[in-house]
Amino acid sequence: MHKGYVCHCSVEVKNLSVVRGTHIALRDVSFSVKHGEILALIGRNGAGKTTILKAIINSVAYRGEIKFFNSEGQIISSPKIGYVPQKLSFDRNTPITVLDLFCTNSNRFPIWLGHSKRRISRAHELLEKVGAGSHINKPIGRLSGGELQRVMLAFALDPMPDILLLDEPVSAVDRKGVEVFYKLITSMREEFHMPAVMVSHDLAQVSKYATSYALIDGAVIETGRACELAKSEKVRDLFGFDIGKGGI
Amino acid sequence: MDIIYRVIELILPFSWIQFNFMKNALIAIILIAPLFGLVGTMIVNNKMSFFSDALGHSALTGIAIGVLLGINNYMLSMLFFAVLFALGIASVINSKISSPDTVIGVFSSAGVALGIVILSVKGGISRYSNYLVGDILSITKKEILILGVVLIIVTVLWVLCFNKLILASLNSDLALSKRVNVKLYKNIFVLIIALIVTVSIKWVGMLIINSLLVIPAASAKNITSDMRSYHIFSIMFSVISGISGLILSYYIGTSAGATIVLVSSVIFFVTFFIGKSKNIA
Repeated sequence: MHKGYVCHCSVEVKNLSVVRGTHIALRDVSFSVKHGEILALIGRNGAGKTTILKAIINSVAYRGEIKFFNSEGQIISSPKIGYVPQKLSFDRNTPITVLDLFCTNSNRFPIWLGHSKRRISRAHELLEKVGAGSHINKPIGRLSGGELQRVMLAFALDPMPDILLLDEPVSAVDRKGVEVFYKLITSMREEFHMPAVMVSHDLAQVSKYATSYALIDGAVIETGRACELAKSEKVRDLFGFDIGKGGI
Repeated sequence: MDIIYRVIELILPFSWIQFNFMKNALIAIILIAPLFGLVGTMIVNNKMSFFSDALGHSALTGIAIGVLLGINNYMLSMLFFAVLFALGIASVINSKISSPDTVIGVFSSAGVALGIVILSVKGGISRYSNYLVGDILSITKKEILILGVVLIIVTVLWVLCFNKLILASLNSDLALSKRVNVKLYKNIFVLIIALIVTVSIKWVGMLIINSLLVIPAASAKNITSDMRSYHIFSIMFSVISGISGLILSYYIGTSAGATIVLVSSVIFFVTFFIGKSKNIA
């Protein structure tokens, strides 16, 4: 399957603007993420971080360009996107198991009729990778926050994406789960090298696990390497505390 | 058709089956009940039970338009109006200016009111009262044929579209990230409901059609935790309450549609308590 799979894709966002009614949510946002990079989008609430991700998945109308390139530098016209939403809001009583969820990716076999063997083994494989193999037959509504996020990460990896989008992936996860989740992202990065864009509130986690950052406030205020985040005056001004000591 | 009648008589040697209208009703239920069970699961998932109810109400305007245009077969004008109505509701909801239940409430009342106004202009609104409570025993061979065709169309669509539909209903951003055209699939779903409601409204009746769509699925949801058993139970409950309701109504001389709804309501409460005790344990 994807053994030894290494992604050499990159993503380029150019002059991205989003207007909601009369309110300009984003103005001329540009950045690029290369394979193996994790770009963290940071900023206050309502700064437009999530809107950037929503533009990439085509959930909001936008102006500007979002382009995906393969290893040869050619444009990928229909990119595969792995998306881990902030907090999956859904009806927790829906009778749908983790395996059902994975099998929705199959075009041929409706999940109310059953599951194809190929899909079952693929789901097993990905869930084992994120340490959620034992949850395969559980209804997703009965998973804890951390369990659900791991399942969502595995689901985002099917099919193997050209880019990984993480929208505050650990907001519903306890402290221990946060560590586990970020370690998982790091190991995915080492294994598959796909570019990732992550929205985060936790500056300590960003400087530890991301490779670069972009400070957003309706536009890109500043970009830099994640390891230099602590030195940024603008970040300090906006967040108003010492980054090394923890998040918000 | 005669062969089917004979087969039914052979399998079911009961007194109620000797009448052709009972045979027709039985065939109709066997054809349409699985569809109610199947499509109902998605209505319940999407919390759209109020929506399908509104579609049922829109049928009155559909009939009124048919009367105005002098069409003999109201099914066409009902289908046309139901589709228009459904897409209208969907697009107003999508604009996110009002909450869905408000939008549906407005459309639903407007649909009924417009129908009543037009029909009362012509006088004799009582002529159409059989559309309110329905009469399953009046179903004809031709209508059974239509039901059969609808069964095939909807089942094929349900096989082709279900995975996308369920992902879109679970979380639309997640579906979009998997390149599912959420709007298109939601519209297909809305059209499917419009089709089913239109072909069955005459013999189920506007007042109770929604219960047949919603209750079997809601009962199945009480006691299942995966998609396959959810569907199996929903279809099973729908067929069981359909057939047993029909037979009961024959023996106690009550309205078939309403009796079917009562049987399925009993099933709902039984599953509700089973589900509750499971959750506590």
